[in-house]
Amino acid sequence: MILPRLASPNLAFALVALGVLLLLAGSYYGLFVSPQERYMGDVQRIMYVHVPSAWNAMLLFTLAMGCALAYLWRGGWGWDAHHEALLEGAAVLSFLLCVQGSIWAKPTWGVWWDWDPRLTTTAVMLLALLGILALRSAVDDPEKRATWSAVATIIAFVDVPIVYFSVRWWNSLHQMQSSPETVSAPFIVPLRLNAFGVLALMGGLALLRARVAARRTAKELGPALPPMPAGAALEA
Amino acid sequence: MNVFRAALYKELLLQWRTRARVLSVVVFGATALLLMSFAIGPDAGALRLHAGGFLWLALLLSSTLTLEASLEAETEQQALEGLLLLPVPPTILFYAKAVANTLQLALLGAVLVPVAIVLYGAETARPLALFGLLVLGAAGLAAPGTLYATMTARARAKQTLLPLLLFPLVVPVLIAATKASSLLILGDPMRQLAAWLTLLGGFCGIYWTLCGLMFGLIVED
Amino acid sequence: MTGELALDARGLARRYGGRWALAGVSFTLGAGQALALVGRNGSGKSTLLRLLSAALRVHAGEAQVCGADLRRDADAVRRRTALLSHAAYTWEALSARENLVLASRLLDQDRPQERALRRLEEVGLAGRADDPVASFSAGMRKRLALARTLLQEAPLVMLDEPYGALDPPGFRLIDGIVRALRAEGRSVVMATHQVERGATLCDRGLVLEQGRVAWEGPAAELPHNSGLLRGSEEGA
Repeated sequence: MILPRLASPNLAFALVALGVLLLLAGSYYGLFVSPQERYMGDVQRIMYVHVPSAWNAMLLFTLAMGCALAYLWRGGWGWDAHHEALLEGAAVLSFLLCVQGSIWAKPTWGVWWDWDPRLTTTAVMLLALLGILALRSAVDDPEKRATWSAVATIIAFVDVPIVYFSVRWWNSLHQMQSSPETVSAPFIVPLRLNAFGVLALMGGLALLRARVAARRTAKELGPALPPMPAGAALEA
Repeated sequence: MNVFRAALYKELLLQWRTRARVLSVVVFGATALLLMSFAIGPDAGALRLHAGGFLWLALLLSSTLTLEASLEAETEQQALEGLLLLPVPPTILFYAKAVANTLQLALLGAVLVPVAIVLYGAETARPLALFGLLVLGAAGLAAPGTLYATMTARARAKQTLLPLLLFPLVVPVLIAATKASSLLILGDPMRQLAAWLTLLGGFCGIYWTLCGLMFGLIVED
Repeated sequence: MTGELALDARGLARRYGGRWALAGVSFTLGAGQALALVGRNGSGKSTLLRLLSAALRVHAGEAQVCGADLRRDADAVRRRTALLSHAAYTWEALSARENLVLASRLLDQDRPQERALRRLEEVGLAGRADDPVASFSAGMRKRLALARTLLQEAPLVMLDEPYGALDPPGFRLIDGIVRALRAEGRSVVMATHQVERGATLCDRGLVLEQGRVAWEGPAAELPHNSGLLRGSEEGA
């Protein structure tokens, strides 16, 4: 088997553990320490998972795009393995974002879905990611799978800002962007803790998932070129 | 340039020879238009309000059939490989195919507009602008559509895969083209048309470049 | 052997998924010479021809084809080779004439109509020039594909089982075409099960076995040295 060089699984497990700890701390702080928000009440606390998920979904998609570019330019099955892992990670986070967005929208605006540009873009992104993953599962040849899905990832990634702006123009009523700079310290701490928590957790899981992908590809590719048996080929 | 003209001529000749199939796509699109009115009910005002959206949804649904058909002729006897071995540069192949698909989709749209006028009263005072919009919107669907159809024609489960990849991607095309069509049908007091056409033009510019650059990567075996 | 080489393959290999269809093939062919390629079904003949005409990506090894590097300059290789493949490379909805005229135009040749008609006459299809290819029999398709291959006027012509699906007059047609190509100074590689014909038409012989060169030598000795083949028939 031709296995690419990957990060040690110990690093991945350490990241997962760190992520869980940070998320526990962040969630405790967010749920019990930080004060209730004046206008939105306890519903606002969902922001402590929602915003970190959003940041990390975009980050993972960006990294997947980086792996896709690296595979197309440099080649190497390690890039493809990480591409696959990051696509799945981004898809999971996008799905969670859509769910959290609905949970937030219902008590706030009385509807499950309010066509906010960010939320709608996330839904489109989720569908695009699922499409790329479906493409990967429908192509048996490892090289075609890697190349085609890398092309699809680049195309879908470029689309994200275009979708965002077109939805924003289409539905001019939307929420103001919230960033940690505009909110006060008790709100920032759980946001930061969870942001790094999700990053470490998803990073660790993606590294582990990449190992699985690399092993599967190595199995599909079979053995390296067997050496020439002595005397089999006669030179003319 | 000679080679591009020859490649484009090949696409158009193939489309002309399989025009019976093109006709069935037209019928499919018209059927889709008719069915969508049932989702709204026989309310003339509401139907006219949504006519632009229905038109583009019908066009989008029909586009997958057109795109798949344009690749079928190339995969039957592996003509695509034969073209690459002549050799015809993949970029030329892509642009010829994308232009031909744009023309066919725009034509399909031009045929569906009268249907929409009859069913929804979707007349416009600016038919030329509407036709220009059809060409621009068709171009937005055709560039990524041609690239993805070339992939999925050689993958398993191709019938479901193409819409799965294409539809999320062309959300901006659908939004911009729908808005622009509605403005042309219902009137444009705020002069918003230019903004939507710019968005559509930007999308086309980006994807006609990007897909042309990457087509070579996906046709090599 | 003349100084110039039409083919110089060193360790050419290609895998499909995990199976090495061609596992390191090395040989040379002088310019203007003809090579008969012999081997059982699945021994790698077609893969070798498709690799050498740059229809498939090389996975290991390298080759010079008519002076062009196969890995670095696939475009030049494609311009200098013409391949009669198992697939006819034709558009079914178009007529035989239209198929050839289009190919000629795409090659940017002058007088495409004239060229197309001449090639159709050459392969005995002039009478059916305007019938759609979809109505053709397997033998007629083969003739059309042959006409298309000849249209390319390449210095190196590769024929993958040219006798397949043809009738006895068709056999003689192929023999005549190979002789004519050689008289014009072109190099020919033909993969065939017609060992005797290959031996009389070609200078060199090459036996492939499980993706490797099992024997290489003068074509005249091919019938005696393809014992490997005969043995396998009896043994099987």
